Amino acid sequence: MISEGKAWRYGDNIDTDVIIPARYLNTFDPKELALHCMVDIDKTFAQKVCLGDIIVGGKNFGCGSSREHAPVAIKASGVPVVIADSFARIFYRNGINIGLPLLEIGSNVEKIKADDRLKIDTATGKIENITTGDIFYAHPLPGFVNDIAKAGGLINYIKEKKSNA
Amino acid sequence: MGMNMTEKILAMHAGHEKVSAGQLVTCKLDMVLANDVTAPPSFKEFEKIGGPVFDNKKIALVPDHFTPNKDIKSAGLAKTVREFADKHSIVNYFEVGRGGIEHVILPEMGIVAPGMLTIGADSHTCTYGALGGFSTGVGTTDLAVALATGEAWFKVPETIKVELTGTKPHNITGKDVILTLIGMIGVDGALYKAIEFSGEGISSLSMDDRLTISNMAIEAGGKNGIFPVDEVTLAYIKDRIKKSYTVVEPDTDAKYCQIIKINLSDLVPVVAFPHLPGNTKKVSEIENIKIDQVVIGSCTNGRIEDMKIAAAIMKNRSVYKDVRCIVIPGSQWVYKESIKRGYVDIFVDAGAAVSTPTCGPCLGAHMGILAAGEKCVSTTNRNFRGRMGHVDSEVYLSGPQVAAASAVLGRIAQPDDLQ
Repeated sequence: MISEGKAWRYGDNIDTDVIIPARYLNTFDPKELALHCMVDIDKTFAQKVCLGDIIVGGKNFGCGSSREHAPVAIKASGVPVVIADSFARIFYRNGINIGLPLLEIGSNVEKIKADDRLKIDTATGKIENITTGDIFYAHPLPGFVNDIAKAGGLINYIKEKKSNA
Repeated sequence: MGMNMTEKILAMHAGHEKVSAGQLVTCKLDMVLANDVTAPPSFKEFEKIGGPVFDNKKIALVPDHFTPNKDIKSAGLAKTVREFADKHSIVNYFEVGRGGIEHVILPEMGIVAPGMLTIGADSHTCTYGALGGFSTGVGTTDLAVALATGEAWFKVPETIKVELTGTKPHNITGKDVILTLIGMIGVDGALYKAIEFSGEGISSLSMDDRLTISNMAIEAGGKNGIFPVDEVTLAYIKDRIKKSYTVVEPDTDAKYCQIIKINLSDLVPVVAFPHLPGNTKKVSEIENIKIDQVVIGSCTNGRIEDMKIAAAIMKNRSVYKDVRCIVIPGSQWVYKESIKRGYVDIFVDAGAAVSTPTCGPCLGAHMGILAAGEKCVSTTNRNFRGRMGHVDSEVYLSGPQVAAASAVLGRIAQPDDLQ
């Protein structure tokens, strides 16, 4: 899938509490969660994010809680992919499992600034910074984790496996 | 090359003789856990797969986050969990008033055991590593698939060995051990990695210390935090675990990606400053920081030893006039035992509010929410921005001895400051 949008740039250790604070966890309706996405770190995000925009974080993006509400809120905001130096482990699983591509590019992430225009091919992991001309490739997903991502998430993957059995 | 504890347990459950770091495996699960926040969305996904649950005895459902229900929406979530438990005859369902906080009650009731592989839709599921099992947190989709299939996928992690030497001093708790470690390696120091504790220092750590330490492996980014099984473990599980279990030991030539040494004898009380568990400072080096609230409890420090430590400090003392002190025993058993031993009297006489078990304040859900600008010393596990309430409030993480001393003095303090 190829997508293009503006970079919303955040720092290191963006935790699940700021992605979606606990006070909104009494629902799991994606649209409602999207209304509060990133609210404790960036009040403008939920109002101004456009379909196709991309979140770019630093190290350990998504650290903290196992709440899948966090990647769900991001996906429901219209963000098709998140780029970071590294992702926290549970968030990384959750992203793959719900079909939200997460691209790890290490310290190259420092070359992406707020509002840069990015073009991303999630199938190949190619990230093109249209604003600066830089091109990066994300670390590929290993083995069947890539199959889960390709299936659009773990539930589809399991269903496909079941129907092929 | 031999295997470490994590590799052995994953190999056992994947049906392989041997696994090594980096390998992807699918494992059979011994226990699958969820709470009132994470279970309801997973039931929705579970329905998409269809079929019955894989084993009604290997699933634990514990409404503890927004309970006793704080509002109509959260009452709806708890109701969903209750109805699912009833429909699928879930054996380990713990209603409000009959259980407590998930990570306190599962070890306490003998539901988790050495060598077991447990996943839970709660990041602090890593707690059960204290008993020599592999346990880790996952999200709701993993949980849904696990409910249906009894399986989950894992990438075998690299393992950091933490060698504990010396003896834990009397004024130090498990919380100081884990906060010190996170302060050393940072909140991503164990990212994608397992942590295995070893060394003769372990024998001076109680089971409650170990449960606290394993609980916070996730705050270093770790997949799990596992302890070997020794006499202390065996004494703890003796009357609790009725089923058979497997004690796993690391091979002498097991591989570790990093070795970290901590001499327990050198440890001093520490607190983690806002807004990361890794921002640790020695309490003795902290300037006067006035506080508004103290919370003693949670899955990290809501066990009987935590209550005992806090009660010993608060006995015949009062909570500082400008401070609210909230004490939350982590389970019905801890609650009853705290009453029996006189701890609850001590807390109430000191002017603290004692609550029924709940995760409430830890995640800023309910009970103990902070206003703008307020500061709280808390024995919970996270101090992210806005974690316990207003985005401009601050949480300082500590062990129960520091929290209790701070409650009395109205500033961040350690028991020595009370003399």
